[in-house]
Amino acid sequence: MPLVKSGHIVEDRFVRVLDDEPVPDTGSVLVPATRFLADHAEFAHREAPTGVIWPNDRPVAELVPHLDQLALVALVFPTFKDGRAYSQARLLRERHAFRGELRATGDVLRDQFLYLVRSGFDSFEAKKTADAEAFAQVVARYSVFYQPTGDGRLSARRRRLSDAEPGREKSAREVAQ
Amino acid sequence: MYLYDDLDRALLDDRVAEFRDQVARRISGELTEDEFKPLRLMNGVYLQLHAYMLRVCIPYGTLSSPQLRMLAHVARRYDRGYGHFTTRQNIQFNWIKLDELPDAIADLGKVGVHGMQTSGNCVRNITTDQWAGAAPDEIEDPRIFAEILRQHLTMHPEFSFLPRKFKIALTASAHDRAAIRVHDIGLRMHRNGAGETGFEVVVGGGLGRTPYVGKTINPFLHKRDLLSYVEAILRVYNQFGRRDNIYKARIKILVHELGAEAFGKEVEAEWRQIKDGPLALDAATIADIASRFSYPDYARLADDPTELSQARQTDKRFDTWLGNSVANHKQPGYAIVTLSLKPEGAPPGDATADQMDAIADLADKYSFGEIRVGHEQNLVLPHVAQHDLPALWRALDALGVATPNVGLVSDIIACPGLDYCSLANTRSIPVAQELTRRFRDLSLARDLGRLHINISGCINACGHHHVGHIGLLGVEKNGEEYFQVSIGGRADEKAGLGTLLGPAVPYAEVADVVEDIVAAYLELRERPDEIFLHTVERVGVEPFKERVYATR
Ligand code: SF4
Repeated sequence: MPLVKSGHIVEDRFVRVLDDEPVPDTGSVLVPATRFLADHAEFAHREAPTGVIWPNDRPVAELVPHLDQLALVALVFPTFKDGRAYSQARLLRERHAFRGELRATGDVLRDQFLYLVRSGFDSFEAKKTADAEAFAQVVARYSVFYQPTGDGRLSARRRRLSDAEPGREKSAREVAQ
Repeated sequence: MYLYDDLDRALLDDRVAEFRDQVARRISGELTEDEFKPLRLMNGVYLQLHAYMLRVCIPYGTLSSPQLRMLAHVARRYDRGYGHFTTRQNIQFNWIKLDELPDAIADLGKVGVHGMQTSGNCVRNITTDQWAGAAPDEIEDPRIFAEILRQHLTMHPEFSFLPRKFKIALTASAHDRAAIRVHDIGLRMHRNGAGETGFEVVVGGGLGRTPYVGKTINPFLHKRDLLSYVEAILRVYNQFGRRDNIYKARIKILVHELGAEAFGKEVEAEWRQIKDGPLALDAATIADIASRFSYPDYARLADDPTELSQARQTDKRFDTWLGNSVANHKQPGYAIVTLSLKPEGAPPGDATADQMDAIADLADKYSFGEIRVGHEQNLVLPHVAQHDLPALWRALDALGVATPNVGLVSDIIACPGLDYCSLANTRSIPVAQELTRRFRDLSLARDLGRLHINISGCINACGHHHVGHIGLLGVEKNGEEYFQVSIGGRADEKAGLGTLLGPAVPYAEVADVVEDIVAAYLELRERPDEIFLHTVERVGVEPFKERVYATR
């Protein structure tokens, strides 16, 4: 499954460690939520980066005390139709100010990329190589966005109001809250 | 009319290009039908029994004459010369070929019309009163807020993959013509004690398999909080709405399972966190959207001009039509005219390309180029000078859209049913056609007064049978078409669900049953002006039940 980051297909430096596997001393690891929550004190002492796979039916508020020690949060799309992780992503970014890597995993297809980016994801485990290769082109397809999200794109509303009143919020980045 | 600016246009152009690419990938085989399905659905393309169907969005039911002409063009060029107006203020084309879809959508895009979000598990077309901006009892023009919501919810990244489809309706009049209490979110604009305008917020209404009348979770929401509050509702729903069972996935089930009060508290808690963020609607934003609407430049006219009273005296048919299809306008000297798409023997809500073109011309001549689509599947010319009514009537009559049956027994709402729809148990259009024949006598229809018949071909309730004064629901019994009959439903400000009369009746008998119900009403009513609904409310369903099942 190709990983897309910053618009390019890149090597995944995180190694997935399952619930019952030993955690290596070095190297970035990605662990399931239950494992992480049970052993978070130990993970806090690791030198190398830790990431967590967070299921889409568990409130991200539970992660908030640990966000500082996490380099990566991987959210899950069991099917593309299940959009719960979009809300989780926005909450992590916009409400809880998570600045680490936010990864979309599972049934991640080309036609979701833009929605994912706009919700705050910055890495993508694309299901198909062709989709991963088309990433840059697909997310550049639209130039107008009606709603402000935490991704920094100006909404149509702000663009109109600043056109009407030059100088007013001309360069404002719309970061929620 | 809301006028698109460069930003609105750019988004639509990008969407048209994207869809063209998606269709090309489907035709080349790069996409399987399974993979293509969610993409086409997002653009209003369904696979029906016989062909692809394109559902085109008419935002809050408002069309300009060039837009209506373009719909006529699409009907003629890509379909079989007609379109079908739906109960969601949309239009459907039933016979479009896959390889022509991108061109059809591109043509529509030229006039700012599209099929985005007319299907799929996203927020659908925001609907409102078809008399918005013209109704005398209106507080403010609800279309401004419908447009604010439309923009915010178009390609919303967080809410494009909800548990299920999501429908929002608004009204700003005391009389609810938008059926807001049977929507996922219903918004009723009203004034509070301090004279400020805001919204009563109703959630969890809806028909279908498990019908509910919505519950009020906020009696007064200030205008500035409209977007943040709707965002909070959608965020709660997106996270907690059921996804394990398609029949339990609508927000009404979540509201029911949690209880309206607990649901309201969840929403409130979420809303408190975002209400002062970028979604707060300042006066400048509301004024900016309002300024993008064009309004008619009314002439100063007096009510009841002599042309009108003369025509009423000399032409009985005109007078009848006027009494039935013309309503008061907020502007003196003007009127709101409803065009009946329910002539005797025709499928409800259908209009031919030629009719659409002609209506667009009449709108230019008599209604400031504006046309509306109502959820009753009729069209409206919203701003007609009263002195033009006789001439307009002659033209409408010649077109076959002046049957004076608006709101009467033959003004039937029906879904497409088995003639088109792959989910149907029964036909519904032929039942409607038969009923219009049985009740062709318009003086009888007038004597019966207001009586709404709604027909759905299956439990999905696209014909809103639960809220019909008489509701017919198609069911299957041993491979045969049957109908469940209910009475006493209503969709207005006192919305309520109809009561089932008894065992389902065979297809061949359903028109007889409706006639029996109507005959029973004529005997039971206390006075001629006690409408059917009020008689049912007064005497209950028993006497109707006896009448219908006594001989069956
Ligand atoms: S009510 Fe059923 S039969 Fe009628 S259009 Fe809807 S899904 Fe089809």
